[in-house]
Amino acid sequence: MNNVNVRQTIDAELEGLRRNLLNLANLAGEAVKKALWALCEQDKALAREVIDADDDLDRRALRIDEDCLRFIARFQPVAQDLRTVSAISHMAIDLERIGDLGVNVAKSAVRLADRPFVKPLIDIPRMGEILQEMIDAAMRAFINGDAEEAKRACAMDDTIDDLERQVFREMLLMMMEKPRIIEDGTALITVARTLERAADHVTNLAERVLYVITGKVASASQFRRPKEPRNDNGR
Amino acid sequence: MAGLNLSRRLFRNGCATILLYLLMASVALLLAGITAFLIRNGWSVLSWEFLTQPPRDAMTRGGIYTPLIGSIQLIAVAMAFAFPVGVLTAVYLVEWARDGLFTRTLRLAVRSLAGVPSVVFGLFGLSFFVITLGFGASLLSAGLTLGCLALPVIVGASEAALTAVPKDYRDASYAMGATKWQTIYKVILPAAFPSILTGAILAVGRVAGETAPIIFTGAAFFTPRIAQSLLEPVMALPYHILVLATAGTAIDKTRPIQYGTILVLLALVLGVTFAGVLYRARLRLKKQ
Amino acid sequence: MGKTIKFQTSAMNLWYDRFQALKAIDITISERAVTAFIGPSGCGKSSFLRCLNRMNDFVPGARVEGEVFLDGRNIYDSDQDVITLRRRVGMVFQRPNPFPASIWDNVAYGPRLHGVRNRRELDEIVEKSLRGAAIWDEVKDKLRTPALALSGGQQQRLCIARAIAVEPEVLLMDEPTSALDPMATARIEELVRTLKERFTVAIVTHNMQQAARISDETAFFLDGEIIESGPTHLIFTSPRDGRTEDYITGRFG
Repeated sequence: MNNVNVRQTIDAELEGLRRNLLNLANLAGEAVKKALWALCEQDKALAREVIDADDDLDRRALRIDEDCLRFIARFQPVAQDLRTVSAISHMAIDLERIGDLGVNVAKSAVRLADRPFVKPLIDIPRMGEILQEMIDAAMRAFINGDAEEAKRACAMDDTIDDLERQVFREMLLMMMEKPRIIEDGTALITVARTLERAADHVTNLAERVLYVITGKVASASQFRRPKEPRNDNGR
Repeated sequence: MAGLNLSRRLFRNGCATILLYLLMASVALLLAGITAFLIRNGWSVLSWEFLTQPPRDAMTRGGIYTPLIGSIQLIAVAMAFAFPVGVLTAVYLVEWARDGLFTRTLRLAVRSLAGVPSVVFGLFGLSFFVITLGFGASLLSAGLTLGCLALPVIVGASEAALTAVPKDYRDASYAMGATKWQTIYKVILPAAFPSILTGAILAVGRVAGETAPIIFTGAAFFTPRIAQSLLEPVMALPYHILVLATAGTAIDKTRPIQYGTILVLLALVLGVTFAGVLYRARLRLKKQ
Repeated sequence: MGKTIKFQTSAMNLWYDRFQALKAIDITISERAVTAFIGPSGCGKSSFLRCLNRMNDFVPGARVEGEVFLDGRNIYDSDQDVITLRRRVGMVFQRPNPFPASIWDNVAYGPRLHGVRNRRELDEIVEKSLRGAAIWDEVKDKLRTPALALSGGQQQRLCIARAIAVEPEVLLMDEPTSALDPMATARIEELVRTLKERFTVAIVTHNMQQAARISDETAFFLDGEIIESGPTHLIFTSPRDGRTEDYITGRFG
C-alpha cells in the first residue's frame, strides 16, 4: 500500500537526519576535545586546526536545520516524528554552539601556548572528559530512545559546575597572591566557564531527547541535585 | 507476439462493428419500409376533413373524428387512473414495504400482470367494470381496463425511478428533520419524476394501440357522436382499424381509409411521446 | 475557559445485527468547539457520528445500547422525538448532495419543512444561511439557478447553508471535503473555523492534517473503540497510546 511506502520514506529520511546529527555531535565533541588537548600540550597548530574546522561544522549544522524544514514541509510529521525532527533541528543549533565554544577554548589555547602554565592543569581536562561523556550519553539516549541515559547526562552537569567553581576559587586565590598571573589566571577561568556553558548546551540536548522519548517537556533541573543557596559571591 | 495478438483483436473489433452496423441498418430498413408502405397506401385520404368528420356511408366515406377523439378520451381516462395509482403503488413498494412475503408477492403479481395477454384484461374488464360495478360498456369501463394494462408498466418504471434517486437526497432531507412523507413528496418524487414520466409515456404507447381490452368493455363499432359522459361507449382508432379491415362491406373503398387511420394512430402515439419527452427535457434542464 | 459539554455518551454500544460496530464509547463533545473523529476505514467513526442524530435508525438491524446525552437528555429515550432531534443536530455529508432544484429552494427546504411560509422571512433565512456558509457573494445573483450547476466545493458550502438554515445547535460533518479539490477543501476548513462560533461541530475526517488544522479536540477510533481522545495539539504532538502514534504517523491504516 502507498501508505506503507510513505512510511518507509519517512523512516529513511529521519534515519538520515539522525545520522547527520550524530556526525555533528562527533565533530562538536572533537572540537572541544582537540581544543583542550591543544591547550594542555600548548600545541598552536592543533588549536588553529580547531578554529579552521569550525566553518565546516557551522555549515553542517545549517544543513541539518534546512533538511529538517524540508522534511516538515514535505511530510507534515506528527507525534514522535514531529518531536524527533523538531528536536534534531534544535539539537543541531546546540551542537553548533558547542563547536563555537570549542573554538573559544582553542583561541585561549593559542594565547596561553607561549608561556608555562601558572599551575598544572588538572580540573580543566577533567571537565573536558566529563563534557565528552555527557555528549556521548545524550546522543546515545537519542539514538536508543533511552530516557534514563538522558537523565544521567543532565545529572553530570552538577559535576561540571562543581569543577568550574573549584577552578574559579583556586585561580582567585592564586591571583590574589600573585597579581602578575592575573592575565593567564583569567584566561583559565574563562576556559572553565566556557566548558561549563558547553555542558549547559548538552543538558539542552538531553532535554530535547527526553521530549522526543516521553512527549513531555522536561527541564534538566529535575534530574539534578536540588539547588542550594550559593555562598560564593564571586558569581 | 503483441503484434499478432493486436491484429487479431483489431480484426475481431472490425467484425463486431460491421455486424452491429448491419443489424442496425436492417432494423432501420424494416421500420422505414413499414412506414413507407403505410404512407403510400394512406396518404391520399389524409386531409383536414378526414380528422374532423365522423365516418359516413358505412365507413366508406367521411373521416375518423369520432374514433380519434374517443382514443384520446380513453388514454386520458386510463392515465388518470393508472398514473396516480401506479406511482403511489411504487412509492409504497420502495419506501414503505418491508421486504417480506407480502411485498414479494405484490411485486411478483405486478410483474406477471405485465405478461398477461391483453385479451385477458378485456375479459376482466368485462366481468368487473362492465358487469360487477355496473359501468356498462362505456368510456369509463374501457378506460379503466386500459389503465389496468398500463399499471404494471407504470409501477415498474416508477419503482426503478424511485430506487434510482440517490440515497444522498434522502439523507439530506431526513437530517434536517423531515418526516418520511415530506421527504417523499418534496424530494424523492420530484427527483424521480422525469424517469416516472418515461414510464408513463411508454404506457401511453402501449394503451393507445390496444384493441382486445376495449372490444368487450366500451369500444363501439359506430357511434354518431363523441362521448359526452364517462358512461357512453366510444369509438377508438385501433378498433376502428380492425373494423375497417374485417367488417367492411366495401373493402376496396375502406382500405385507404384504413391505412390513413393507422397513420393517424401512429402520429397520435408519436405526438404524445414527443410531448412527454419535451416536457421531461424541460424539467431536467430546470434542475441541472 | 469553562467548556460546556454538548454531547456526552456513556457506555454506548452500537450493533448491526450480530456485529458490534461501537464498543463502550465514553466521550464528551464540547459546545462551540470543533471535535474531530479520526481513524482507519471501518473503525466506526462515521457510525458514531450517525448515532448522534439517530441517522442510524434507518439502518436495518442497527441497535444502540447505553446512553447518548444531548444537553443532559438521553436522545435514545423513548419519548425523544427524532424530528426535533435532527432539527437540533444537523448533518453535512461526504458527497455534496444538493437537491435537484434551485439554490434558493435548497436553502429554504428546511425552514419550509418546519413551517416557515412567509416569503420575505424565507428570503431572509436564505441570505443569512448562505452568508453563514460563506457562499452568498458567489450565488446572490443566481439564487434561482439549479444548485447542481455549482462547482463541487460550492455545492458543499450550499449544503452547509442548507443545514444551518434550520438553526441547529450541532453540525455533524461526515468527511465533508473528501470529494473536493485542495482549494475547495481549504475554503470549507476556513468555514468550519467560523462555524464553531455559532455551532458545536463534530467532524469525521480521513485527513489527519485536516483534523490537526481545524479541530480543538480529537478522538481516535480503532475497531469500534475510542483509543484516545483529548486536545488536538496533544494528540498530534504527544499521543499517549502507541496505536494512536502508529496511526497518525502512518504506520498503519
